Amino acid sequence: MTGKHGLMRELSRNKTMFLMIAPTLIFFIVFSYVPMVGIYYAFTKFDFEGGLFGSEFIGFENFRFLFESGLLWNLTKNTVLYNLAFLIIGNVMQLVCAIFLSQLPGKLFKKSAQSVMFLPYFLSWVLVGAFVFNLFSDLGVVNTVLKQLGMQPYDFYIQTAPWKYIIVFFSVWKGLGYGTVIYLAAIMSISDELYEAARIDGANIFQQIRRITLPLLKPTFILLILFSLGGILKGQFDLFYQIIGSNGMLYDATDIIDTYVFRSLTVNFDIGMGTAAGLYQSFFGFILIMSVNTIIKKTREDYALF
Amino acid sequence: MRMKAEPATRVFNLVGYALLIVISLLCLIPFWLIVAGSFTDELEIVSDGFKLFPVTVSFEAYKSVFQTPEQIIRAYGVTIGVTAVGSALGLLLTSMAGYVLSRKDFTYRNPLSFFIYFTTLFSGGLIPWYIMMTKHLGLKDSYWAMILPPLISAWNIILMKNFMKSIPDSIVESAKIDGAGDFRIYRQLILPLSTPGLATIGLFLALGYWNDWFNANVFITDDGKYPLQFLLYKILSSAAVLQTDNGAYLAANIVPPTETLKMAVAVVATGPIILLYPFVQRYFVKGLTIGAVKG
Repeated sequence: MTGKHGLMRELSRNKTMFLMIAPTLIFFIVFSYVPMVGIYYAFTKFDFEGGLFGSEFIGFENFRFLFESGLLWNLTKNTVLYNLAFLIIGNVMQLVCAIFLSQLPGKLFKKSAQSVMFLPYFLSWVLVGAFVFNLFSDLGVVNTVLKQLGMQPYDFYIQTAPWKYIIVFFSVWKGLGYGTVIYLAAIMSISDELYEAARIDGANIFQQIRRITLPLLKPTFILLILFSLGGILKGQFDLFYQIIGSNGMLYDATDIIDTYVFRSLTVNFDIGMGTAAGLYQSFFGFILIMSVNTIIKKTREDYALF
Repeated sequence: MRMKAEPATRVFNLVGYALLIVISLLCLIPFWLIVAGSFTDELEIVSDGFKLFPVTVSFEAYKSVFQTPEQIIRAYGVTIGVTAVGSALGLLLTSMAGYVLSRKDFTYRNPLSFFIYFTTLFSGGLIPWYIMMTKHLGLKDSYWAMILPPLISAWNIILMKNFMKSIPDSIVESAKIDGAGDFRIYRQLILPLSTPGLATIGLFLALGYWNDWFNANVFITDDGKYPLQFLLYKILSSAAVLQTDNGAYLAANIVPPTETLKMAVAVVATGPIILLYPFVQRYFVKGLTIGAVKG
């Protein structure tokens, strides 16, 4: 029996099943697979008249320019370093909060704290932009306080230094509740008997956390970190765009691959260059996630992605 | 039976309460600032800037928003419409795909899962996708440009699939023996048993649609089709000031609210989420803990 014959038989036998999944498959073909053809733009000097195959083919020129101008290095550096900061600070904060939430007495307090911490996750990034405006614009709260203290107002829009911290703060702030819930679930799955036994042996709460909670959470922690490392080239466009916007003064310290690609499309109309940067991100991102998956597969097969 | 707290526990509790209180405050203060800002007198902001505790309370910003509410109401309508259609359609397609991929007797389960999953690993990037949407599908300034992109996500399908996998096989098998078709099994057996999963994914979808501004940013130029978040973004960045009745203010020799208006619009645009939050929060928590088990 040939493969094709088998497929046709499958199709007719499971017609309903294929019909049910068909819209989803078409969706991914149209919005994910067919656009992959557009990767070709990365190798062209795009002109709007020519379209996809009418534009001049220039090989790796776009990549060479991105690389030699130092742009690619700066974008990669910013993307990776910001993501590392989000990842490490975020996960540690989430872990710490989850441990406290699981051990502290006072149900009502913990419930309220958890609800409040989860709230930012539900808000749009546009609202975060409103917070930033309210806090850091020249009429912002920070400057009001500085003036009240008799100090010079600070012009945030021309200084790169504070934005690094502001960006990291809001990223951690928005994801804190979400991550805490995940760690809390992992903590809750630890058997109470372990703590009971430790208490009988005279272990205090810090010893219990160090000897029971942390070792048992280590796999979850490492796994979450590893998965995030796989996506370390993917920038959080919403975050950067809503906080920094189109303030060119700050690009040196705050431009990531995603914001650059977006500007190539909407401001500079440099389709070839933008696609090249996007392809670079996608390609190395793919290699990264495959490597991470291989590592996980070798050590803890049951947790591998595929 | 309550044991007396030992010193280590007391230290732990103290540090814990202090930390959680500080974090909770950090989560709440931005809201306070926006609300306080929206109730401040415009003059006070122009001369002193935004304050933690405004001195002169004023309702001008809200009056201004609600005097000419057409734009906001229109944006609310767009957001509600897009959210309703997108979430319902997305939930239907996601649950059908999840069901098919969760059926262990479906031969092409694994290759099709990978076909869907692969899209999260590699993509053509923003620009080829944008050209597909605008040039080849002609979706510029179409409501579909806001509905389609978040409609189906590989993650939601995986979540749905895992959820449905936990339903015992014997249910499907006995239904098949009784002669039920695949779609009937889905509609009459699997769907009712998956309501917690459906609620979670439906809420995730709805939240995504409600908060979406990106698709409007790249695809929508007609300001009559702006969704709420994008209108807020435009007002914040002063690119499109809300069409308020400024003439009346100038005639009366009052400063028209602009900075406070931005804050008031932020409050009006976020209000529903805050009001619904206490009721939907637990579904998200539940969904996260299901999803955390294994992808």
